[in-house]
Amino acid sequence: MAYALQQLINGVTLGMIYGLIAVGYTMVYGIIGMINFAHGDVFMIGSFLSLIAITGLSALGVTSVPLTLALTLVFAAAFAAIYGWAIERIAYRPLRGSFRLAPLISAIGMSIALQNFAQVAQGARDKNMPSMIPGGMSIFEQDGFVVQLSWMQIVIFVVTLSLLAIFTWLVTKTSLGRAMRACEQDLKMAALLGIDTNRTISLTFVIGAALAAVAGMMFLLYYGSINFYIGFNAGVKAFTAAVLGGVGSLPGAVIGGLAIGLIEAFWSGYGSVQYKDVAAFSVLIIVLIFMPSGLLGRADVEKV
Amino acid sequence: MPLLCVSELTMRFGGLTAVDALSFDARAGDITAVIGPNGAGKTTVFNCITGFYRATSGKIALSHDGGDFELSGMPGHIITRRAKVARTFQNIRLFSGMTVLENLLVAQHNFAMPNVARGLLSVFGLGGYRGLEAQALERAKLWLDAVQLTARADEPAGSLPYGAQRRLEIARAMCTRPVLLCLDEPAAGLNPRESDELSALLIRIRAEGTAILLIEHDMGVVMRISDHVVVLDHGRKISDGTAEYIRNDPHVIAAYLGEGDEGLDDDAAEVAA
Amino acid sequence: MTARVRSPLVTALRDAGISGLVALGLFAAMVGLQTNVTNTGKMELVPNFGVVGLLVAVTMVFRFALVLWRQTRGIPVISLKPSRFAGSGRLVAPLLLLAALTLPIYGGRYWIDVGILVMTYVMLGWGLNIVVGLAGLLDLGYVAFYAVGAYSYALLAQNFDLGFWTCLPLAGLLAAFWGVLLGFPVLRLRGDYLAIVTLAFGEIIRVVILNWTELTGGPNGISGIPRPTFFGLTFNVGGGPGSFADFFGLEPSITHRVAFLYYVIFGLALLTNWVSMRLRRLPLGRAWEALREDEIACRALGINVTVTKLTAFAIGAAFGGFAGAFFATRQAFISPESFTFIESAIVLAIVVLGGLGSQLGVALAAVVMIGGGELVREFNEYRMLIFGVALVVVMVTRPRGLVSGRTPSVSLGQSKLISADMTSQGHG
Repeated sequence: MAYALQQLINGVTLGMIYGLIAVGYTMVYGIIGMINFAHGDVFMIGSFLSLIAITGLSALGVTSVPLTLALTLVFAAAFAAIYGWAIERIAYRPLRGSFRLAPLISAIGMSIALQNFAQVAQGARDKNMPSMIPGGMSIFEQDGFVVQLSWMQIVIFVVTLSLLAIFTWLVTKTSLGRAMRACEQDLKMAALLGIDTNRTISLTFVIGAALAAVAGMMFLLYYGSINFYIGFNAGVKAFTAAVLGGVGSLPGAVIGGLAIGLIEAFWSGYGSVQYKDVAAFSVLIIVLIFMPSGLLGRADVEKV
Repeated sequence: MPLLCVSELTMRFGGLTAVDALSFDARAGDITAVIGPNGAGKTTVFNCITGFYRATSGKIALSHDGGDFELSGMPGHIITRRAKVARTFQNIRLFSGMTVLENLLVAQHNFAMPNVARGLLSVFGLGGYRGLEAQALERAKLWLDAVQLTARADEPAGSLPYGAQRRLEIARAMCTRPVLLCLDEPAAGLNPRESDELSALLIRIRAEGTAILLIEHDMGVVMRISDHVVVLDHGRKISDGTAEYIRNDPHVIAAYLGEGDEGLDDDAAEVAA
Repeated sequence: MTARVRSPLVTALRDAGISGLVALGLFAAMVGLQTNVTNTGKMELVPNFGVVGLLVAVTMVFRFALVLWRQTRGIPVISLKPSRFAGSGRLVAPLLLLAALTLPIYGGRYWIDVGILVMTYVMLGWGLNIVVGLAGLLDLGYVAFYAVGAYSYALLAQNFDLGFWTCLPLAGLLAAFWGVLLGFPVLRLRGDYLAIVTLAFGEIIRVVILNWTELTGGPNGISGIPRPTFFGLTFNVGGGPGSFADFFGLEPSITHRVAFLYYVIFGLALLTNWVSMRLRRLPLGRAWEALREDEIACRALGINVTVTKLTAFAIGAAFGGFAGAFFATRQAFISPESFTFIESAIVLAIVVLGGLGSQLGVALAAVVMIGGGELVREFNEYRMLIFGVALVVVMVTRPRGLVSGRTPSVSLGQSKLISADMTSQGHG
């Protein structure tokens, strides 16, 4: 019971990180119908940017932890946003409306390029960082097993939930959000109605990249270790989360992320850590076979 | 015993009832037209008959020399292959990157390759595929000729003009050697001359022994060639009889005029004419 | 956009300025501040701003030149027209074949090795082309079947003492069997869902191989995989009775074995090509292409869509399995590291870059990408970076690949090339 509760806490933490990345996948897929394969690598870049910011701030003598976190968040999100914008502009925009596979290959190329760019620029070795917010609280004890909720986990919950709240407001209440939803429904029609689709798509990438960068920062803070290769695994998992939740659905992405996080945590806790990826992917396959549009996705009616 | 016997067919999408307890028959050797205003559920009926939708309830019985079949619930490809029902689509669905000839050969897939094992054996020239392939080619040539596309046999189907694409789609459906051919608005977008040619083609198909089920808005074509007309409105059958009978049925006229739509009024005027 | 007409020079300068700012944003932190672990185990930042300046400058100059060139020439960057290669297949293909056939004569050991590598990818590309190019099914996990083939041979050879030529068909069959097994539940999925599920399968197989240590040796892999024999003759470096050199009275040389391996993979690749070219002209292959064009129409013509997809999946997988068995025997050592997603991505890139469905294009793309990769091997660190950037550049400038256009599988009169704009890339 206590053990299960601990796995639940760990799973939700992980799931929040996946959810933040998944939102970026699902937005882009919703609007231009492509898998932004490089999105996981933007997450990785975001974690490196966070490491740079934290190291730099500490070198500049900033000791306040909340201030460091706030500045790092802004720094990582802002610079990662430039990556999101540039990726769309360079690799995807010229191919919009083109054949189905060209953007996918372009995205895979971009992913490979970003990974190796990070490797060349920042080195291939794992970067380790001591925990910035050590400690936590014990919630509950049973048969000598103490359920821990670390301060770090609380920070992740708070940051993720507030970001998602801001993001939800952005999508549902602002004109940008309306434009995004219009583009998602019908890109051509939206353009005919005077929506600047190029700008909307660019902003979608920018927002997605910023959220992924924050996820990267959380990853860095939570695990304390990053390398240039973390983007692939996290990216695939997050895309799985997006599909699981129903591609195109924003709440679905978060729920899918939580589901994948929980599956991994419980599988690692009760099964074997080595096979946690197999568990996550198997669930994806099973869900897609029996529920092809995901948990919250719109059913795709075949038009004849 | 009619060829096709639809009884109490109902199709619901969520709360919407597209087809409501519809019953009608189509006889072998007849051209049966299904008409009705837009949204009357005509294409839905076709989709149920050809296995693209699974009907909510009701029966679709088909019987001919090859046996008796219950079509509802049968997978679409089996309906074509065993029950021998072929169809065309409202918005033409050709293999546009393949040539006209290739389109007609794909339609004869099950004749040229009776099963996967023989299909694989044919890589090594075994399984008697040469004879089957030659037969398929002969039949393709026959239909190329029938729809006047022999000269364009090696052009990609997507490059054909609209009317030719419609004819090719019918030829392709005929290459599956159907007993019942379902045509979804074959005259849509055709000019008057092409419509006349189409009528002639359909009459020829009927003469060769294939019954036709026809959805059509072009009342000229419907009235000229149909042996039997079924009129739908809001998923229900409102009239059923010969072209002459339909033309004078007040229900039909009311249904068409009741829509209050410019385009449909024209249809109604044609019905009444 | 604006009514005011700017001179090309001003536009180019303006564009270059914006690009420079963006480049500054991209590189200032990631390149300019390198994180480094000090001797005391602490993190520090090593400034590297000189390189940032260089990168920004290069970006600006490149952008300036590109914009100016595009404006003065008035040429759109993307070309959708069938490429120049398209019609020259009759000329290029035999030349390429001749060059490949005689490679061991004029090339040294190094070049034969490169040739083996390229040929392996040509074969994988042709195998995947059946699935992606002909049937239009997007498979991102093709490496799984490569792995199944490699491990099938390695395990059969190790546990049952079977030779390469006995195992080769078995490896193909096993891979095909896995193709059917994996394909059956997922082939009704469409589009990118299929892509992500195949990717997931590829990863599952790799993770299982990695962790099932008792069977596969886990991360340590399997070593000492036997080499193939030439009708029972071995290629021992020392020569001796029963060896190839001894039988033919030659001086024992390692080049014999390398050349032999080269011809084995060359033969396998040609077999792949022959089978897929032949299938294209048969009902099965025609049904694949029809499936790519319009699945719904296929169903209406009585084609069993699931079975047809499965055959494409299985036959593609079988060739992946053959290539895997060859890979195992060539390396004599395999480990899960050789079967990561990047391999699937490379093979798919070869297929798309070559022009979907074009056998010649796939071969050219493999030569360019794998051979080209070998050329920049000296810049080891930058190799994959260059590879990734090159993929983007090629796709953006030639979205239809090097050789596009489709040759009809049958014709009554003169067969004409069908423009790539007509054909579909499939939705599955």
